[in-house]
Amino acid sequence: MDITMPLMILAIPLGMFLLLGLFGNKMSHKLAGWLGTLGMGTALVLAYTTAYQYFFSGSELFINAAGERLQHAVFDYTWLEFTEKLIIKLGFLLDPISAMMLVVITTISFMVHLYSLGYMHGEKGFQRYYAFLSLFSFSMLGLVVATNIFQMYIFWELVGASSYLLIGFYYTKPSAVAASKKAFIVTRFADLGFLIGILILSFYSSTFDFVTMTSNPQSVFASTAGTMFMGGSVLTWGLVLIFMGGMGKSAMMPLHIWLPDAMEGPTPVSALIHAATMVVAGVFLVARMFPVYIVQESALEIVTVVGALTALYAAIVACTQIDIKRVLAFSTISQIAFMVVSLGVARPDFHEGLGYMASMFHLFTHAMFKALLFLGAGALIHAVHSNDYTAMGGLRKYMPITHISFLIGCLAIAGIPPFAGFFSKDEILTAAFNNSPLWGIWMTGVAGLTAFYMFRLYYRIFWWNNPDYGHHTPHDGPWTMSLPLIILATISCVAGFIPFGEFVTWNGHEYIIHLDWTVATTSIVVAVCAIALATVMYRKENAIPTRMKNAMKGLWTAAYNRFYFDELYIFITHKIIFNLVSRPIAWFDRHIIDGTMDSFATMTNYASEKIKGLQSGSVQQYVWVYLVGALLLAGAVIVFVI
Amino acid sequence: MLFGLNILLYFVIIPVLMLLGLFLCQKDNMKQIRTVAVVGSTLLVALSVYLLVDYLALRAAGETAQMLYTDSWCWFENLNINLAVGVDGISVAMILLSAIIVFAGSFASWKINPLPKDFFLWLILLSTGVFGFFISIDLFTMFMFYEVALIPMYLLIGLWGTGRKEYSAMKLTLMLMGGSAFLMLGLIGIYFHSVPEGQQLTWNIVEIAEKGAIPHDWQLFLFPMTFVGFGVLGAMFPFHTWSPDGHASAPTAVSMLHAGVLMKLGGYGCFRVSMYLMPEAANELAWIFLILTGISVVYGAFSACVQTDLKYINAYSSVSHCGLVLFAILMLNTTAMTGAIMQMLSHGLMTALFFALIGMIYGRTHTRDIREMGGLMKIMPFLAVCYVIAGMASLGLPGLSGFVAEMTIFVGSFQHTDMFHRVFTIVACCSIVITAVYILRVVGKLLFGPVQDEHHLKLTDATWWERFSAITLIVCVAAIGCFPNFFSDLIKFTFDPEFFTVLGLIK
Amino acid sequence: MELTMLYYIIPSLIMFCCGVYGFITRKNMIAILISLELMLNAVDINFVVFNRFLFPGQMEGMFFTLFAIAIAAAETALAIAIIINLFRVAKNIDVEDVNEMKF
Repeated sequence: MDITMPLMILAIPLGMFLLLGLFGNKMSHKLAGWLGTLGMGTALVLAYTTAYQYFFSGSELFINAAGERLQHAVFDYTWLEFTEKLIIKLGFLLDPISAMMLVVITTISFMVHLYSLGYMHGEKGFQRYYAFLSLFSFSMLGLVVATNIFQMYIFWELVGASSYLLIGFYYTKPSAVAASKKAFIVTRFADLGFLIGILILSFYSSTFDFVTMTSNPQSVFASTAGTMFMGGSVLTWGLVLIFMGGMGKSAMMPLHIWLPDAMEGPTPVSALIHAATMVVAGVFLVARMFPVYIVQESALEIVTVVGALTALYAAIVACTQIDIKRVLAFSTISQIAFMVVSLGVARPDFHEGLGYMASMFHLFTHAMFKALLFLGAGALIHAVHSNDYTAMGGLRKYMPITHISFLIGCLAIAGIPPFAGFFSKDEILTAAFNNSPLWGIWMTGVAGLTAFYMFRLYYRIFWWNNPDYGHHTPHDGPWTMSLPLIILATISCVAGFIPFGEFVTWNGHEYIIHLDWTVATTSIVVAVCAIALATVMYRKENAIPTRMKNAMKGLWTAAYNRFYFDELYIFITHKIIFNLVSRPIAWFDRHIIDGTMDSFATMTNYASEKIKGLQSGSVQQYVWVYLVGALLLAGAVIVFVI
Repeated sequence: MLFGLNILLYFVIIPVLMLLGLFLCQKDNMKQIRTVAVVGSTLLVALSVYLLVDYLALRAAGETAQMLYTDSWCWFENLNINLAVGVDGISVAMILLSAIIVFAGSFASWKINPLPKDFFLWLILLSTGVFGFFISIDLFTMFMFYEVALIPMYLLIGLWGTGRKEYSAMKLTLMLMGGSAFLMLGLIGIYFHSVPEGQQLTWNIVEIAEKGAIPHDWQLFLFPMTFVGFGVLGAMFPFHTWSPDGHASAPTAVSMLHAGVLMKLGGYGCFRVSMYLMPEAANELAWIFLILTGISVVYGAFSACVQTDLKYINAYSSVSHCGLVLFAILMLNTTAMTGAIMQMLSHGLMTALFFALIGMIYGRTHTRDIREMGGLMKIMPFLAVCYVIAGMASLGLPGLSGFVAEMTIFVGSFQHTDMFHRVFTIVACCSIVITAVYILRVVGKLLFGPVQDEHHLKLTDATWWERFSAITLIVCVAAIGCFPNFFSDLIKFTFDPEFFTVLGLIK
Repeated sequence: MELTMLYYIIPSLIMFCCGVYGFITRKNMIAILISLELMLNAVDINFVVFNRFLFPGQMEGMFFTLFAIAIAAAETALAIAIIINLFRVAKNIDVEDVNEMKF
């Protein structure tokens, strides 16, 4: 395969970043914005072409005679050679999931570029914003096409940094600065786990390469057999630590705390990074390493438990938040947890690892409808100038395009057929039921909660009462903002009908999706009931929500405060790390270590002060001492010698 | 050979000529002084680039000797002391680093006041020592240049410094001299055991390494001597306390040169003398120093978290990063040692950039206390962006130098067959998180957020020479970060793989 | 009565001891200088006497004495000059009081 096209997919965003970053402030806003958008558009076309070639060209590079999709490294440059076997390469791996991710990332990124032309209009630092968006797109694309785990780690860090820069875009706002710092440090902590995981795996397997690791994990990791560390096998430790990296990026409990705060960034950024692409990196990572994970099922069980707990937790919290972006953020956490659970429950013996396919399917559909919801939220915030739904209500009349697209997004996430979310979520539930009824019921419940909190949000924004908007009536954004909404809404309507199983499975074998109607019916019934409940509670202004709130005061307050996770973290970082570790160490350094060094100097000083009287400089004193000494010596000679 | 003389000698000759040139300058005539400094340091950079290219060409042509451009002139026959020169990939990299930092440092002290002539005289004398150190392969000559590099520091800090400068200068000099005392003892010990009984004793590193005649029990004594001696300069715990005070008081260019190059003398010396000449003892005693350097890495990072003075933060961060250098050297395998050298390069450039920027900010705001500043991004965007880049390099963002160096160290160290070493590697890895904490704390407090002090609104952004100095360093940092394999190959060729396999340290 | 060596040496010893005593106890620089001269002259006497009695045929002791006298003269001139200069600056030639350059 020709390498120009894949190379350009990466090179164009990088080039745009350098161009806009270095010379942006010499350009007008319009030029910079359109340059960035155009660049992304080109990347989009190239990515689509590449993905099309991969899936449909039938080339023997991509699909073998048995109809099995293959992994193909289009190029692989040696970047840094550690040892003969451990080499970091920068390459471009085409396989079902990376081709799918190319499509997702370029689509959403292009939409966001376009949308931001309207949303960020006239904003100070507009060029910088587009430069960072390009940097992010580059890093994210590099991440998904990584041929080896270290390349992934490199781009993993880069997306973290670009996310940091974009969250802190409004750098004069202290809350934005704090949020960006928090996001970076929490994910950095998770990345530490990822790094150690890489070190462990590469120590035993002597390779970073994904294809080598995953094609025959049993023999590659054979040397780990019997090596135990603190009660777990080394391979489990390695995989769990790698998953820890994923937990950080994908905001799994307890490392989720940065994501709600990350909403301080501009809304299109939240749509791109914190809803559709970067936050699914953790899921993607586990999917990438999936063949290794199934060797060690204990690691997968940990993945499932973490995912399931997070899904429930985030859904409960989402029911109580009033900031619309935070509701969406918690919903993102919950939906990503669905994907994680889906990977965790996937076993190769059931429908070619249905959970794997379902997870990737949900990743795809979720990216579309969540980006749609976020961009819709952006349009609302743009119109109302507030993040809180208490400032909104009755907006369906003022903003019809936003209203319809937001509704489609809500229906999709709630899992109502024929919208995209239904199909992917149904597969996840099927996989969960197959693994254990516990997870099936658990996840169905969470799906019901999802429908409830999404429609609670929807009704509060578009129905409820009609606050006084004054002379400034809200209205839909310019076409640059509406067009992405319409496109994404369309995709959310039809994406469910993509025969995903034919494209993406863990081992490349094709698989025809059948809906499991018992599961599907249950989930539809649960979702419809939840929506009905939300309708009753929030369609018109009434007292039911307040009464509900008072009835469950304890739970509500805890959920509203996100179960005090932030307080816990602040306690750990400020009280323990800063006050009980850093400060004592700094004090110890200044007073004990440095004090010891200083005390050498003081002692020398003191001693010389004491003996300097002997060196008086007075010759008379010297003579006196000399004389006494000479006489004593003479006396001694006389007495002892003579 | 360049104009009939060994090319390496020019690295000493040019600074000496610069010294002469400075003598001829009129006092306080900035134009003349700057001309001498800029022309000289540009020549040094050009020469070191030429050396790099020529070195690579020689290697490509199949030259396999350990040291290239070797030459020797006797200057004290009775004790067999020679001016023996020679370089391998590591020295070439170090020479390049020194030249770049001297270059950037000259620009950073564009407006030094008072006594500009004397300042540059001492600064150039210092760099003479540095270059001499890196080109020598004779232990005695090396030690002499080492001392030449240390002494001017006292005057540079004591006269042109800020804050408690006399105290800091005295502390720095005395502690480093204390280290030198150990070192001298160690070197003399090596000299007297350099060859088997009955042969002519030698100071020449290459010869000593070839003979490998230092008896085992003497190694056990001499290794700690030399390692601690150099380790003091490499800011090894608990001998690092000269560094925060020294850096905080030193003027900008001196901080740059000191953290950027002089601290590397320690790491380079540990590698070249302690490790290279006494590998068996190194292998046996490594665990003691691994613990000390491991503490350095984490401890320095934690200390940096709560400092409020920009220079103190950076000084402690240097303790942490330089700790990593010694840590990796002690791992005794090719990858980790390559990482150590890359970390020296990376830290040298990055920290020089940091100190240059801190100096520029301090020159404007007249405070280094982060609590008194804020929102500088709005006031001086260029400096702020450079600071963010330096910070990102320090916390190991891929594409900048810190990442490749740290990763090479971690991956290399983790290949060690011993469980103890691997566990310690994980401990050292933790520093990447703590580094992120203190870097982002500073960036968030200093550059972002609202403007703290109304008076700062009037301040101006960087001047052209400041931009030039910062950009030079950023380009180098990015170059290492983007094309690490070039540097890694340059360094790696130096290591004789058998050296480690004999010790049974490689899987 | 024959004048033996002892008749010369004992006065010279007394002279020397006076010199030592004066050198140690006096604070005035001129007095110290005089004490110094006293010791020097005592030594000169010894030289001459030893020469005269022990090696009558030789003249080295005499020569040495002449040397010592010449040097003593030069040294005294120098010392007096220093003392005078010191007096101009410090208005005092007491050794206890002129200790600014100590330590």
